[in-house]
Amino acid sequence: MSEVAEHYTYWVTIFLMVAGIYILIARGNLMKKLIGLATLQTSVYLLYVAPGKLIGGTAPIIAEGFKVYSNPLPHVLILTAIVVGVATLALGLAIVVRIREAYGSIEEDEILERDRAEDERRAL
Amino acid sequence: MKHDIILRVIAKLTMPFMVLFAVYVQFHGDFGPGGGFQAGVIAAAAVVFYALIFGLETGQRLAPEWVVEKMLAAGVLLYAGVGFAGMLLGGNYLDYFVLAHDPVHGQHRGIFWVEAGVGLTVAGVMLKIFYMFAGRGRVDEEDR
Amino acid sequence: MVATIVGMVLQRNLFAVVVLFGIYSLLMATVLLALDAPDVAMTEAAVGAGVSTVLLLSALYLTGSEEAKPLHRPVLPLVLSVAVGGVLAYGTWDLPPFSDPQAPIQVHVAPRYLAEAMAQTGVPNIVTAVLASYRGFDTLGEVVVVFTAGAGVIALLRRRKEKQKGKR
Repeated sequence: MSEVAEHYTYWVTIFLMVAGIYILIARGNLMKKLIGLATLQTSVYLLYVAPGKLIGGTAPIIAEGFKVYSNPLPHVLILTAIVVGVATLALGLAIVVRIREAYGSIEEDEILERDRAEDERRAL
Repeated sequence: MKHDIILRVIAKLTMPFMVLFAVYVQFHGDFGPGGGFQAGVIAAAAVVFYALIFGLETGQRLAPEWVVEKMLAAGVLLYAGVGFAGMLLGGNYLDYFVLAHDPVHGQHRGIFWVEAGVGLTVAGVMLKIFYMFAGRGRVDEEDR
Repeated sequence: MVATIVGMVLQRNLFAVVVLFGIYSLLMATVLLALDAPDVAMTEAAVGAGVSTVLLLSALYLTGSEEAKPLHRPVLPLVLSVAVGGVLAYGTWDLPPFSDPQAPIQVHVAPRYLAEAMAQTGVPNIVTAVLASYRGFDTLGEVVVVFTAGAGVIALLRRRKEKQKGKR
């Protein structure tokens, strides 16, 4: 049973990751796909920061009276990852806005349908 | 939203504090949690908050488009410039310890300028993206 | 957090999904704070619950706000996702338990940073010291990436405004 308690954080992270992946591949709406991608990214932040924590430690800022510090290395990587994640999200949203203006809808099925109809029309 | 008196008062009261907090987080990032990224996002969030309540034009008078665009590029150039300064003064690219009379002070100075560059760029990009998204809706409305 | 995720999966009104995403980001920031990461928590709260949600809402205003009902039951993606999750969970069985001081992550490079950063850089905040000094090149790349994303958004969304100016 202690195995479960030890690995609990990983399993929560994996559940969040699986939910993000499911939204990404199962839903056809482009906006929802982007939100699924964002939740997938957030679960990865948890995946990286959780193993760095030491119970009884404190934040990695050197101060008087504290001996044990949590690992600062994951924090550094995740800081960069968060900002890059929002940059990617913004770029994806810009593309979705343009798709909406070009095709009139953001449902994946309808967009593919219009492309197929366009190709058939051009083949004739 | 500008007709709601509560929102107007609260926005006018808290927005300067948000900008002040952003500047505090930027420069106090050496001694407490914080640094360039957080400060940039908080500053952008402050201006976005103001623009959401008072309208996009008022927000753009506060932080004009061309200022934001120059901020974007200036941050990256500042960061790269610190690297080149390290090279000119004798070390390799992005070496901080040659920047001042003693290595520890050099590190401190290098970190200061580098974080300033990061904060500028992040604030500029977040704000610019918000302007682009918000301004586009306006154009669509005029079309209809 | 689990509840908000399940709500996000099942909800079809996109406005509700975006609000749930904001709540989820805020909860994630609190969890990160509990894991001794104040810098990361501050960034995640400001970015995820602030800027990200505002951007999603403005994009939602420019596109529709309701998701269409799926045509076929998505059984294969569900099975696939759960299978991936199962494989990952199987893989984590061997990973070091939570908060183990002997885990490889704690003994490799981090003690050197913790011990020497104050002496070498004079900056008490280790995360800033590592970010700006020890791993300065990574941060340079990250700033360039953010700049590129901004430039990309400008390139994608700018032309319409110029056409409008041309019409007048």
